[in-house]
Amino acid sequence: MTLRVAPGSAIPVLASDGVANLSRRRFLGTAAGALVVGIALPARRAGAESAALRSAAPKPGTRVPAFLEIRPDGSVRLLSPFVEGGQGIATGMAQIVGEELDVDPARFVVECAPPGPDYAVVNGLRMTGGSFSTRSSYALMRQLGATARDMLIRAAAARLGVRESDLTTRDGSVVHAASARSLPYGDLAAEALALAPREGVALRDPKDFRYIRHAVPRLDVRDKATGRAVYAIDQTVEGMLYAAVRHAPQPGTEPEGIDNEPEARAMPGVQGVHRLPGAVAVTADSWWRARKAVEALAVRWTRPAPTGLDTLAADFSSEAMRAALTETPGEGHEAEAAGDAAAAFARAATVIEAEYHAPYLAHAQLEPPSAIARFNPDGTLDVWTPNQMPELFQSLSAEVAGLSPDKVRIHSPMLGGFFGRHFAYGPANPYPQAIRLAKATGRPVKVLWSREEEFLNDALRPLSHSRFRAALDAAGQPIAVTVRTVGEGPIGRWFGALFDGPVDPSAVEGIVGKPYAIPNRRMTFVKRAHPVTIAFWRSVGHSMNDYFSESFLDEIALAGGQDPFALRMALVKDSPRHRRLLEEVADLSGGWRRGPYAAEGGTRARGVAMASPFGSETATIAEVSIEGGEARVHNLWIAFDPGSVVNPAIVTAQVESAAALGLSATLVEQMVYRDGLRQAQNFDGYPILRREHMPAVHVRIVESGAPMGGVGEPGLPGVPPAVANAVAALTGQRIRSLPLANAKLSGA
Amino acid sequence: MIQVTINGRTHAVDVEPDTPLLWVLRDTLGLTGTKYGCGVAQCGACTVLIDGEATRSCQVPVESLGAARITTIEAIEQDPVGRKVVEAWVGQQVPQCGYCQSGQVMAATALLTQTPKPTDADIAAAMTNLCRCGTYNRIAEAVRHAAA
Ligand code: FES
Ligand code: FES
Repeated sequence: MTLRVAPGSAIPVLASDGVANLSRRRFLGTAAGALVVGIALPARRAGAESAALRSAAPKPGTRVPAFLEIRPDGSVRLLSPFVEGGQGIATGMAQIVGEELDVDPARFVVECAPPGPDYAVVNGLRMTGGSFSTRSSYALMRQLGATARDMLIRAAAARLGVRESDLTTRDGSVVHAASARSLPYGDLAAEALALAPREGVALRDPKDFRYIRHAVPRLDVRDKATGRAVYAIDQTVEGMLYAAVRHAPQPGTEPEGIDNEPEARAMPGVQGVHRLPGAVAVTADSWWRARKAVEALAVRWTRPAPTGLDTLAADFSSEAMRAALTETPGEGHEAEAAGDAAAAFARAATVIEAEYHAPYLAHAQLEPPSAIARFNPDGTLDVWTPNQMPELFQSLSAEVAGLSPDKVRIHSPMLGGFFGRHFAYGPANPYPQAIRLAKATGRPVKVLWSREEEFLNDALRPLSHSRFRAALDAAGQPIAVTVRTVGEGPIGRWFGALFDGPVDPSAVEGIVGKPYAIPNRRMTFVKRAHPVTIAFWRSVGHSMNDYFSESFLDEIALAGGQDPFALRMALVKDSPRHRRLLEEVADLSGGWRRGPYAAEGGTRARGVAMASPFGSETATIAEVSIEGGEARVHNLWIAFDPGSVVNPAIVTAQVESAAALGLSATLVEQMVYRDGLRQAQNFDGYPILRREHMPAVHVRIVESGAPMGGVGEPGLPGVPPAVANAVAALTGQRIRSLPLANAKLSGA
Repeated sequence: MIQVTINGRTHAVDVEPDTPLLWVLRDTLGLTGTKYGCGVAQCGACTVLIDGEATRSCQVPVESLGAARITTIEAIEQDPVGRKVVEAWVGQQVPQCGYCQSGQVMAATALLTQTPKPTDADIAAAMTNLCRCGTYNRIAEAVRHAAA
């Protein structure tokens, strides 16, 4: 893989010779829903040179030895294309491969594979994100397991001198029933893996599945319950120095001078004081010593621009950004259209209009980012760092180090949470600092960002704004909806060169693609760039847009004198999949009722919302009361249809987890800028959902048999609107800006 | 040199007296099961037992420890209550990313050692560590299982 930085732009263009034959259309066409990422090849590379490379490149997901090591003890080491960060993908991969290989997933050891073209299994690309992992690789990984099993059978046939057709397998052994002989896979592995894989090996009949579709226990829970799981932050390499950094309080400014460098150098354990782009660093023999010294530095920083929204100016504020989005003029580019909205508005009996906003959000994954860089005597570089795209990080690291990518090894440890945090976000990743410091000191260096540096530097879910209008007929039915969204999405920012279209899908998903039969629609997008480093954040645009559109749908229902659940049911009446999901969630919650109604400890009410994120479908009902001016959520009922599942227990856990994050964003989260500075430095300033605010979460998985959708993110988008709709049912207050903590709610 | 007693062994460590116990564990002694999350007593990822009390080790200067006995996650299965807690954590499939879970298991072990049959209010009062993956309900369920 090579990485090109487009001239005059900070946007990385990802290019890969190994996947040069991938048609962009195919990838985008496959990507249902939100995060769609393609490959762009610089024109000058698309010629004979890359064609030659291409013919040598393996077809991703087919070379068995690149994925599987069958050990003498019968355990299987699987090099996974995906990084495990809590979503259970390591277990899922073991189930899928184990099912076809005929090895109990419990005997798998799963590690994230190094960079390499074999692992580009997400429609020709490699990444862990967009809730793509299982659905994109399911067929390939099954075939891989079946191919490997076939190789083991052929090796056994040769060894035993019997026909392949007389052999079968039983949990890690090839069995010759006629002679009651059996050979463990571990004994056959060397011979088997030397064989040429056969194409088109038959797969197991799904009705015989023993692992896929079963609640197989996760492989990593015991290590995680006993402190044995190793994250990037836990890794050490021999002879390494620890580094602590302090970033410019205002990104874009630079260290101009350090007034007390000699004093800092004289502090215990300190090895050096360093200037980095936009930061200063201290290297020392322990991180705590490095941190104490870096915090003692008296740094003079260059000044930010005094004002304006093109950079993070001295007077930048999230309030001003929000106002700017609201006031940005322009008709916008069409993101979705149907019928004739203008004509429908002209004959409307009622027109309603509303503006919605959502704040910047931090990822606040519990493991702060770190990176280790080590230059080796043979001219190669090793980098250990949290990442969701090993090949991209390899290219970027090579660029920082001044090496070619094949000289860089990327190690991708287990992630202590990610939620979109560990894509490549320019200044918001620590690996360039580790590489620069390793170069400067001639030693391996481990950079760890303190929680404060992480809150200062994390790339943020963008703040956004949408203006909604609806036309209702005399019967109170919605006949038209228009939406104008202003802002910027992370796909446009980080994969912008791949999208020449004017509409960033990650900015409008959840506003477009709704299932409702409203005949006249016009959704538009106006780009307004943020000076802030923006990011993918669990469920991306859906994390705010479904809150907007599903809240506004409740406004439509009320304006038309209709029950919000009944209106949704009517609007999806021709879509059996959506209708069923609404019925399921109503049933799960004991039957739909909006309220308010008397319940234990006071009055409660319910809200409902639907979302169609990442190829999956959700219907969510929230039950809320008000205590001391704050919303308290008692129950979340979520009916979730990802088409089909690999592990129902992991799916349920992921929906619970996504619901918790969605509720966190609904109730308390926001990253506020004032006077050019982020106001939160730690969890006291950036509250996240605590145990006392965790409701009961009831999940029902509905397998409609539709094409497999994503799992990690889709549980989130229904939660904010379901809660906001319940709050409106209870208090009459329509909250059009999150978090709810900013509003004083009246008790009901 | 400062003496600290960790998991039954005494170590002499060459650090400044105000160094937080967390960093002595992680960087000086290589006991990385105890996690750094916030450094300011907000998250609980760094929870260890000091004379049986669940304590956020990022706030404990190593000089303050004296002869106190420290138990970390690395020794949790040697403790009969800790072993039950770990089994309950596995049984309920609590961890997702897992990063907070060392601290959660330590907090649960301290709770169940002091209050073998906790009420839901006891659980709520003792289990205050943050979990960004939202495993709170399973944590409570696992504590109930370990108590049963
Ligand atoms: S690291 Fe000690 S409480 Fe967060
Ligand atoms: S399991 Fe990820 S933070 Fe708790």
